Amino acid sequence: MGNTEYQAVVSSALEKHSRTEGGLLPILHEVQDALGFIPSDAIDLIGKTINRSRAEVHGVISFYHHFRSHKPGEHIIQVCRSEACQAMGAVGVIENLKDKLKIDFHETTPDGKITLEPIYCLGHCACAPAVMIDGVPKAKMSVARMNEIVDELRIKHDD
Amino acid sequence: MTTKIYIPRDSSAIGMGADSVAKQVLSVSDSLNKDVEVVRNGSRGLVWMEPLLEVETESGRKGFANVAVDDVEGLVKSDFTETGSRDKSVGLVEEVPYLKNQERLCFARNGITNPTSIEDYIEYGGFRGLNSALDLDGKSIVDIVTDSGLRGRGGAAFPTGIKWNTVLNCQADQKYIVCNADEGDSGTFSDRMTMEGDPFALIEGMTIAAFAVDATKGYLYLRSEYPHAEEVFSDALRVARDKGYLGKDIRGSRRSFDIELRRAAGAYICGEETSLLESLEGKRGLVRAKPPLPAISGLFGQPTVVNNVITFSSVPFILANGASAYKNYGMGRSTGTLPIQLAGNIKHGGLVEKAFGVTLNELLYDFGGGSASGKPIRTVQIGGPLGAYIPEKDFNLKLDYETFAAAGAMIGHGGIVVFDETVNMASMARFAMEFCAIESCGKCTPCRIGSTRGMETIDKIISGENRTANAELIETLCDTMLHGSLCALGGMIPFPVLSAIKHFPEDFCLESHAAMATA
Repeated sequence: MGNTEYQAVVSSALEKHSRTEGGLLPILHEVQDALGFIPSDAIDLIGKTINRSRAEVHGVISFYHHFRSHKPGEHIIQVCRSEACQAMGAVGVIENLKDKLKIDFHETTPDGKITLEPIYCLGHCACAPAVMIDGVPKAKMSVARMNEIVDELRIKHDD
Repeated sequence: MTTKIYIPRDSSAIGMGADSVAKQVLSVSDSLNKDVEVVRNGSRGLVWMEPLLEVETESGRKGFANVAVDDVEGLVKSDFTETGSRDKSVGLVEEVPYLKNQERLCFARNGITNPTSIEDYIEYGGFRGLNSALDLDGKSIVDIVTDSGLRGRGGAAFPTGIKWNTVLNCQADQKYIVCNADEGDSGTFSDRMTMEGDPFALIEGMTIAAFAVDATKGYLYLRSEYPHAEEVFSDALRVARDKGYLGKDIRGSRRSFDIELRRAAGAYICGEETSLLESLEGKRGLVRAKPPLPAISGLFGQPTVVNNVITFSSVPFILANGASAYKNYGMGRSTGTLPIQLAGNIKHGGLVEKAFGVTLNELLYDFGGGSASGKPIRTVQIGGPLGAYIPEKDFNLKLDYETFAAAGAMIGHGGIVVFDETVNMASMARFAMEFCAIESCGKCTPCRIGSTRGMETIDKIISGENRTANAELIETLCDTMLHGSLCALGGMIPFPVLSAIKHFPEDFCLESHAAMATA
């Protein structure tokens, strides 16, 4: 694998968890936490080290919604689609976000700034609708406030 | 004198701005030379009041609701007696009727203590259950839990004592305790609140379970959507180890037990126990056929107790106060209390722990205060995305596993999602099928294919294509899914779909037709 940054991250994840029983998820989390996604180059090395085939490792990555195979944007907006959020207007927030960003779920804006992801329940169902932006929860979201947040994220990047 | 201030570190409170408020309190107090200590407590569960700032006074803790950053200066200047122009005082927090009228056994400490302070935990009754368990053999612990009538709070309501007894009676070199903290149901957050607000209660419950069945290793399978719970629980694990409540020779008992936190990866199906075990083993979360039961052949093929967070955190009270103290709460075969979560379009959303037997009307109107929008409540969905939609005429139902089952509904994990009259039930039914299609593990055909076909068929009904014939098709499809699916995902997704059609046919432009009588 060509990229030394990837290599260091993957090696360190393997060193930490390759002897952990059933430790594939912890390995994948470690890699994604550091890189934002799991590069396909990493799959061979992970598989060889823990004695699983490339297909098996790929199968695990593709099964779980949390794992990404592509580099995400600089900021990640995760919007809850669940029933409790829908009851409080999540559909409007989502439609507006897609319009504003001109992307669909699982896509990144062409400038690489924002990735939009659906999520099924952040556990803020009593103060819905909820979103999580770069790991920070935001409750009682409205279309207007979401627009402000997106504008701020765009400016942040330009700084 | 130091003024002690409490601002929750619960992630819903953070979502409402608690972190910024806490920061502002420290910075304003500093600049005004006020001696203020900020404790980041758990949430009281009065979620609609978050961020709920509390100040310790001689008469008790007084609260200010929905505190915003620009309220802070007024608060600090008045020594936390007023917010200024906007009166946000709620008086003594313990006297707030929403809280006062609850029966808090599991949530006795939530919002009161600093979640990662073991001293706080002990001061407020923590580890009394474990101390009782230390003097008992496994069989006696299992008997107490069986006597209490405690049933699994994850949704299936299986008697906890019977499960534990099965594991106890298995001979094996290694047994496991697995805590299912993959709280994926929409409208539920009691597990999250426990892990963020009272994590030692869960550690204590899992440890008692370990002593009961002779397990030495535990896993907490925690959803990736809960980064704050992961942070608090990891800290709590470290503290518990440092203080000798986890690890080798716990409290001089010569018994060992430790817990490893494993982060899940966003698959709803991994809340199903066998899928969860596959995931813990590092595989795709494909559902296993049962038998064998996980109690006999679970994680890595070993006898395994798999219970939900609330099930485990109910156990310390039972061991500390006895089975009959717990059994005194509840009705029929639903003993004890349930932390109910009021969610969605509800004015006073939050956590209400009540003995079984409380009615939906009491929960929705006396506690919940009606809808958030002020419009009439049209329906509620209870038990997550696989739960039936319940129409208003059934709001007199008492929360009891058997009463709900008889009404074609389920309590599940106790989440109640409220919808006002603007809800379109055809889109909710479609969403149920879509959700099942996205989250199906793919192992069995009725769930994998049925959900997609179901979604397409509901689309046809919505667009007006052969409505009656397609509604009948949905009914037979649901029948196949209900009886032919391997687990509850495909097996129960028919409940929201059929209940939506049965109770709200007008949303599908259908005449109320007799075919739906089976729903």
